[in-house]
Order: sequence, then structure tokens, then C-alpha cells
Amino acid sequence: MEFLVFLKDHGPELIRGSLTTIELTMLSAALAIIIAVIAGLMRLSTNRLVYGPATVYVEIFRGTSLLVQIYWIFFVLPLFGLTLEKFTAGFIAVGMNLGAYGAELVRGGIQSVPKGQWEAATALSMSPAIRMRRIIFPQALLNMLPPWGNLLIELLKGTALVALISVSDLMFMAKKINSTTYLSAQVFGIALVLYYLMSRGLITPFMRWLERLMARKVGKRL
Amino acid sequence: MFDWRWEFVWQITPRLVEATGRTILAALLGYGIAMVLGLFFALAQRTRFKLVNKPIREFVEFIRSTPLILQIFFVFYVGPQFGVMLSPWPAGMIAIGLHYASYLSEVYRGGIDSVPKGQWEAATSLSLSPTRTYYRVIIPQAIPPAFAGMGNYLVGIFKDTPMLSVIGVAELMHTANSIGSEHYRFLEPYTMVGVIFLLISLPTAAVLRKAEVKIRRKMGLR
Repeated sequence: MEFLVFLKDHGPELIRGSLTTIELTMLSAALAIIIAVIAGLMRLSTNRLVYGPATVYVEIFRGTSLLVQIYWIFFVLPLFGLTLEKFTAGFIAVGMNLGAYGAELVRGGIQSVPKGQWEAATALSMSPAIRMRRIIFPQALLNMLPPWGNLLIELLKGTALVALISVSDLMFMAKKINSTTYLSAQVFGIALVLYYLMSRGLITPFMRWLERLMARKVGKRL
Repeated sequence: MFDWRWEFVWQITPRLVEATGRTILAALLGYGIAMVLGLFFALAQRTRFKLVNKPIREFVEFIRSTPLILQIFFVFYVGPQFGVMLSPWPAGMIAIGLHYASYLSEVYRGGIDSVPKGQWEAATSLSLSPTRTYYRVIIPQAIPPAFAGMGNYLVGIFKDTPMLSVIGVAELMHTANSIGSEHYRFLEPYTMVGVIFLLISLPTAAVLRKAEVKIRRKMGLR
């Protein structure tokens, strides 16, 4: 009974927080995917001016903590004259962090495509761009989809950290309700379950669906 | 240009170095707990009793798909509601240890699964006891494939320790925050924290990669 009253009082806030978390996750996932593809391809180049910057980016973002990156982007960048609104700073930090991990997946995925595929495409006198787009990348994508599923769950979990720069996501709402009601087990417990539902109920099934879709597409092309 | 003050850097260096020690301690303690608990989770999932392996499996999945920061809050705040007061360090170690235990249990499982079935059968046919089978045959062969994953999570736990600052564990991030609010300067402390993380995590990752090659060679694998 008490629990129902609690849900009635605070449910709407938790739902609003969850929606913000989903929004953050989608925006940072989009950013992470774009960055990962660009940086991953750059890392494969043999030109130092191309792979150098990508390597520095990947090492810096994988070598430090996401929380440090969020604080740095939010508190230090303004000193360089670049002030970001907290929501923007949050999703950019999360996207750039997971983008660095994603870049390694893209690189590994492309490297895992058998050499014969490259040679065959060259033998058919495809240009490097078409070879990448039509032959190599679709197969690489199929190889790297399962680890991307894990990465997206890491990304969802990463968005919880932006609550520390006061973005009102699920984590932030849970903290806020806890500080007024002191019902820690209930509020944090519900928040944990909501995060679990988002990762196992939304991300995992979506990735499974995408894997099946891609397998069919690549299967047709082969 | 922004104003970076070297004298301020030298002034705060001793405090940050001291905090680095505590960060490393937190990471090692957490990792120790995770290694032991993770082995327990991995072995519990291998038992035939459905009442043991199913709940443990679900528990590990749950921990892995929810944010560590929320788990830290949960452990820290839920205790007092039931009359168990935990100070920041034990609460933090329990949360981070439990989180990484569930990751490590997956690594262990992968390692154990990678041991060929013939090895189990050979151990059985030599009538080795289950304990001896694990200690002398299975675990030594499971270590090399698990080593890379274990190394990644050692660096990972180190990079996640800043989250402990939210419940008041005086590690690097917490110290940088207090320095920042004492002096109203965030540029130097936050940047230095980032640099310290890079200086520790990049060499550690390199050393672990070398160690992996060595272990593989010692075990007669490739």
C-alpha cells in the first residue's frame, strides 16, 4: 500500500527522468556511431597525418574516466570560450567517450573481413570508396554488431553520470527523490529496475533484430 | 589564451599525488574483491542446481546492465534505512567489487568454456577428483584466454574509481573537486586528474599486453 502511494507520488518524475535518459542515450549513440566510423577508418590509414589524430583521440578518451571527461567538458571548456549547456555537454561527453571504444570495434571489424574480399573487389576494378561501401563495410558491420550491443548498454549506463552535472535524467531524479523522502531502497531499487528494462528490454532486442536484418542483407549480396 | 598557472599546479601536486595513492588502493581492493567474488559467481553458474545457477545468472545480468553509479548510491543509502551504517570506503568497495565481480565472472566463464572437452574427459578417466581437475587441469588452461579480459577490467576498475567520489571517498576526483571549490579554479585540477589517469592507464595496458604474450608462450600456446 505504502509502495503504491510512493509510486503515485513519484512515478511521473521517474518516468520523466527515464525519457530524458532515453533521449540522451539516442543522441550520444548517434554521435558515438558517427565518430566511431570516422575515427575507425582513420585508424586504418597508412598516412601518419590521418591515423595520428585518430590514435590520440582514441587513447585519450579510452585512457581517462568518463566522469573526468564530463567534468572537463562542462567546467573547463568554458574557460576556452566554449560554453555548452549541461544537456549538450553531457551527451557530447558520453558520445565522444563511447565513440573511442566504438572506433576500435570498427577498426577490428574491418580488419576481420577476409583479404580475398579486398582482392576480389580490386580485381573487379572497384574504386576504394565503392569497395569499402559495397563490399567491406557491410561484412564488417555484421561482424561487429554483437559487440556494439554491449557498447550501447555501456553507453546507456554512462549516461547516468551526467546526473552529476545536474542533467535531470533518471539517475538525477532518483537522487532528488531520495533526498526528500529518504526512501532509498524504493527509489534506487525502482531506478535500477528501470535501467535494467531499458537495456534488456529495449537495446538487446533492438540489436538482435538489427543482427538478423543485416545477416539477411549481407546474405543476399554474397 | 586561457590562463594556466604553473605555480598553482605545483601547489596542488602533493595533494593530488596523495589522492592518486588512494585511487590506486581503491582500484586494487575493489579488484581483489571482484576476483574472488567473480570466481564464486562463475562456478555457481556451472552447478547443476537450477535453484543456484538461475538466480546467480539473473543477478549477474542485472548488475551488468545497470549503472555502477546507481549501485554505489544504492549500497550507500539503503543500508542506513535498515539500520546498517556503512562508511564511504566499505560501501564503495562493496559496490565496485560486486559490479566488477559480475564482469569478471563472465571472463572466467569464457576462459573455462574455452578449455577443450577432451581435457575434462581425460581428467575424469585419470580419476582425478573435481577439485584436482579444476586446480591442476582446467584453471591453468583457462587463465591465458581469460588474461586479456581480466587486464581490461583492471584498467576499467581504475577508471571507474572517480564514481566513488559521489559518496565521499577521498580519491582523485573528490580531491580535485575540493581543490577546485577551495580556490575557484577547475582548469588545473581537472586537467591534472585527466593526465594522471592517462599516465597510469596507458602504461598499465601496455604492460598487461606484454604479460599476456609471455603467459601464452609459457603455457605453450602460440
